[in-house]
Amino acid sequence: MFDVAVVGAGVIGTLIARELSRYRLEVALLDRSNDVANGSTKANSGIIHAGYDAAPGSNKAKFNVLGNPLFDELCDHLDVQFNRIGSLAVAFSERERTTVEQLYERGKMNGVEGLRIIEREELQALEPNLNDTAVCALHAPQAGIIDPWEIAIAAAENAAENGVEVFLNFPVEDIDRRAGSFRIIAQDGEIGARCVINCAGVFADQIHGMVAAPSYEITPRKGQYFVLDKSAGDLVNHVIFQCPTEAGKGVLVTRSVHGNLLVGPDAQEIEDKENLSTTRDRLDFVRRSAGKISKEIPFNEVVRSFSGLRATPSTQDFVIEESKEARGFIDVAGIESPGLTAAPAIAHYIRDLLIEIRGGLEKKKDFNPLRRRVIRFMELPDERKNELIRKDPRYGRIICRCEHITEAAIVDAIHRKVGASTVDGVKKRVRPGMGRCQGGFCEPQVLKILARELNKSVTEIVKNERDSYILTGSTKCSGIGGQIHGDL
Amino acid sequence: MEIYDIVVIGGGPAGMAAAVAARQMGIEKILLIERDRELGGILQQCIHNGFGLHNFKEDLTGPEFSERYIQRIEELDIPCKLDTMGLSITKNREVVFVNSREGLKTVKARAIVLAMGCRERARGAVNIPGSRPAGVFTAGTAQRLINIEGYMVGKKIMMLGTGDIGLIMARRLTLEGSNVIAVLARKPYPGGLMRNVVQCLYDYDIPLMLQHTIVEILGKDRVRGVLVARTDENSLPIPGTEELYECDTLILSVGLIPENELSLSAGIELDRRTGGPIVNESRETRVPGIFACGNVVHVHDLVDFVVEESEMAGKGAARFVQRSVECADASIALLPGRGLKYVVPQRVTAANVEDGLDLFLRVNRVYGPSYIEVKDGRESIKKVKRPHMSPGEMERVRINRRNIEKMKGSDLIVEAVGVEG
Repeated sequence: MFDVAVVGAGVIGTLIARELSRYRLEVALLDRSNDVANGSTKANSGIIHAGYDAAPGSNKAKFNVLGNPLFDELCDHLDVQFNRIGSLAVAFSERERTTVEQLYERGKMNGVEGLRIIEREELQALEPNLNDTAVCALHAPQAGIIDPWEIAIAAAENAAENGVEVFLNFPVEDIDRRAGSFRIIAQDGEIGARCVINCAGVFADQIHGMVAAPSYEITPRKGQYFVLDKSAGDLVNHVIFQCPTEAGKGVLVTRSVHGNLLVGPDAQEIEDKENLSTTRDRLDFVRRSAGKISKEIPFNEVVRSFSGLRATPSTQDFVIEESKEARGFIDVAGIESPGLTAAPAIAHYIRDLLIEIRGGLEKKKDFNPLRRRVIRFMELPDERKNELIRKDPRYGRIICRCEHITEAAIVDAIHRKVGASTVDGVKKRVRPGMGRCQGGFCEPQVLKILARELNKSVTEIVKNERDSYILTGSTKCSGIGGQIHGDL
Repeated sequence: MEIYDIVVIGGGPAGMAAAVAARQMGIEKILLIERDRELGGILQQCIHNGFGLHNFKEDLTGPEFSERYIQRIEELDIPCKLDTMGLSITKNREVVFVNSREGLKTVKARAIVLAMGCRERARGAVNIPGSRPAGVFTAGTAQRLINIEGYMVGKKIMMLGTGDIGLIMARRLTLEGSNVIAVLARKPYPGGLMRNVVQCLYDYDIPLMLQHTIVEILGKDRVRGVLVARTDENSLPIPGTEELYECDTLILSVGLIPENELSLSAGIELDRRTGGPIVNESRETRVPGIFACGNVVHVHDLVDFVVEESEMAGKGAARFVQRSVECADASIALLPGRGLKYVVPQRVTAANVEDGLDLFLRVNRVYGPSYIEVKDGRESIKKVKRPHMSPGEMERVRINRRNIEKMKGSDLIVEAVGVEG
């Protein structure tokens, strides 16, 4: 019997699990997927917002403003790259100036500090590649960029190091309420927990429906993006927003922490919660819409496009509360933007809620808040590089030529707690296949390293989910004359 | 810091041929750097035949062809560092590389030859919408998995693009028992060599669907089908013509891109038409002493021509080290005019042209009876007839040294012109 079961291992679930791992609690972290950070966390803008967007008094505004300043220490402890590059919400006409001014006022009401409206000349100096229709912008220095799955993976690793038990491939099919506890049933097993925290993203309403009458609905709202080559990453220096309209925040342009240029998203309500396909018309819309920000975006440098689903709640605000009907069941639902920014503050709030529910929590003496990232070989000084290669020659073998990922880094990503077991899992953790060749050269190598380290056959290695097999068997002549499959 | 006369980056056919040529010119201290565990580059996975017809007057497989050069490298005792990745080069010709044995190392070169080859365009670069399941491979990756690793990539296969590797792989997959449903070409003509279309598709009854493309990839975990549409005269999909083809695998053969990240690290100027460095008659880039050859300069269709070009680069680098040529002023510009996609070399130093200058070029559409014309300003200095030209087949034209010496202007313009009727 666990004290707490966290359902959903996205950035919300992993950060809550990690926060709870500070205390003497038996915590289970569950996910339907083959890996953590495989839902909305995997596909969003990766922006740590300042907090001027959301309506004053809303959960979105509150947790956004509380969450933003927590990222410095959090990313320091979890060794996650975070850059406060600041954001600019740009007016591209005098008419839009009013919107910028409204955002400024709303920001003040939400308690966002440091906001400033900058005029054309200063704006042009900061961002020379913006269209010259830009008239002014709201500058928010505390806005930042992060790799959203990196923070979730780091939190999951640290949670597991501190005793949280992680159950992957655990799609919750039903939850049985019993006196004072819950039985959580999946296809291949079940676990018991006294408390359930529902962080199931687009599926949160379904999980809620297993224990209580529906009180909200989650509609998946798809957003599509382009990722451009690193050669395009310097186009802008800040996160560039357009003025928000009824339809949402609009298409943004930013560089990513890895130096790529990110352009998107659009917003489209859909029905199927598993539909992650990109569409030509929506991508064309993103392209046209981004043209309002800058005509200089080199779309011939696109390395990939992707889409993500926002978990949009019918309540229009984050649903963060204990069910009145099912005590001990806590919803953390409808966490769409600015959910990533809000995540650490939500984790604190849930901790406080549990302290209230349980009448206090006892701290663990041996909690270790620190997690070390996989070594990024290329970012080290040369002396340190050579020292590492002497210790482990696998640091001298570059597997991914585009991102300069070493064999040692891939092996490390596989053998960590909550380590990579799939090609996409390796890609999310250490980035081979994220570069310009998109895995063309390194994928065969990554397959072989995964098979070797996990002691599996290469044909058993999947791309992402359990049924995403890559190879369909051996060629006709394999095996003739002994070892034909090339050794690494 | 260790000093070499010539450092060659890349141990495929281009790098090997350049190293051999440089050694034959009497250069002692050569170093060849190769990423893989063996020399040969992509040729090692090209187990089909058709290599060496020009060069050796023999019909060899890829590994057989590369073996000839590997043997020469050994005979000439040219030192190679295998399993070694070149990380950066500088304008003053320092090369940084890394491997497991020596760690990170910087060496100085009197001349550098870049021979890094090319990479395949991936799905993102051609922007095919849809889901992102397993089962989408580039033709070269599939080739490696099948021919080197010994694994199959799928049972029911759709192929998009008609690059040569794709055509070869359609046949290879068929021989391994897969069902190749069709090969799609966006344009009204195939992208690869006609001989590959005949020998790999026609001979195996694999349908070639010209003017078709994929508008959506379907399938959640693994590919379960693709939506195929006809394309119009601008090669864009025509709405309403979509048809579903069920398949478990999609192979992409949609173009190759010269791999020039190292070149950029030294500030070498690239030609946006070829994607490779701007080079002169001896394949020297715009940075003195740094040469380039093979698919890193422009994508070739035959390894024989890669080797030929690499010998020019190897000799050029050797002469640079020996200081036996006039300093390259490269004052003549070669410009692709009407009907041309590109021409290589892009610059020429008149004094360094020996008996003639070979121009390598590609046209930008299919031509019937036609000719290639080279002009000095408005004046025609060379005109050669062609019965047929296609972007998939590289053309070459030779102009005499005399023509270059007699030039009035500083630009040579190369054009393709169709013959009426």
